Amino acid sequence: MTNKLKAGVMDGIPIALGYFSVSFALGIMAVEGGCTPWQAALISLLNLTSAGQFAGITVMAEMGSLAELAITQLVINLRYSLMAISLSQKTDARFKGIWRAILGYGITDEIFAVAYGNETVSRSYFAGLMSLPVAGWTLGTFLGAVLGNVMPEFVTNMLGVALYGMFIAIVVPKAKTDKRVLTVVCVAAAISLIMKYTPGLSGVSTGFAVIICAVIASAAGAIMFGSGLEDEN
Amino acid sequence: MKISVFLPYLLVMAGVTYAIRVIPFLLMRKKISNKYIIAFLEYIPYTVLTAMTIPAIFYATSSPVSAAAGFFAAVITAYKGKSLVVVAVCACLGVGICEGIMMFI
Repeated sequence: MTNKLKAGVMDGIPIALGYFSVSFALGIMAVEGGCTPWQAALISLLNLTSAGQFAGITVMAEMGSLAELAITQLVINLRYSLMAISLSQKTDARFKGIWRAILGYGITDEIFAVAYGNETVSRSYFAGLMSLPVAGWTLGTFLGAVLGNVMPEFVTNMLGVALYGMFIAIVVPKAKTDKRVLTVVCVAAAISLIMKYTPGLSGVSTGFAVIICAVIASAAGAIMFGSGLEDEN
Repeated sequence: MKISVFLPYLLVMAGVTYAIRVIPFLLMRKKISNKYIIAFLEYIPYTVLTAMTIPAIFYATSSPVSAAAGFFAAVITAYKGKSLVVVAVCACLGVGICEGIMMFI
């Protein structure tokens, strides 16, 4: 194993553990929606997206149209396009073409955020980074689908916040050391709250709401502070 | 679910999600030089994760009170610089302990 691959695999361990517990809930949900455990696992393996799968399985359970399913996925997962563009600015010279076509599949909120913490991202690092989370996500879904109905409610409630705990673990340390990130994060939270609780705006789907919040807050930060995150790290 | 029903759903869902990730990744071949766009992209991961967490986390359990316990447990441990897993586990424990206490009130 090369050093970069190994470093990627090591950095992927915490994500994989988080994914394993979070995807458990997805497995439970997929079975309730009429899927077999193998189908649930296949959905997780091929999609690798939490919010998108939650919404997608809901559409499937209601026997919605394929167009509805496609539009839901497009809206909720469009943030990955922003992440792909961000990540493309950090990849090294050999991470291109077919490698991007293969490994781009692994761009998730957490994998992207951890990869983005590096100076440059090589294809072997990224491949290592995504390997265990993909396995954890798929296996967790399968086990959730098989074992879910024997779990007491408070256990599934506990697992319900695991994913958010990981998000917080990525944002808070950065906001602590960088006032600009703290500011944009507060702006994003404020807009998100406004969108959720303002009559008329609360009907906006979760995926769109996330994109609107992130774009406005990040643009505000870019105008107020410009760049320079990298100079200081 | 019957395979004839399941397969079209699976392929549409996976195909759309894959295209969203890979098309921009393949098309962006140059380094961006505009400093405002660079700054914008640098803030994206943090604003996306924040918007996904707030206020959704407060609806992730059966009560906003236990969810808030999980939220604060996560913020405090993250502020202290703990790893991803430790923070996630503490969030789960915060919820579990709070719901345990609530059962006795």
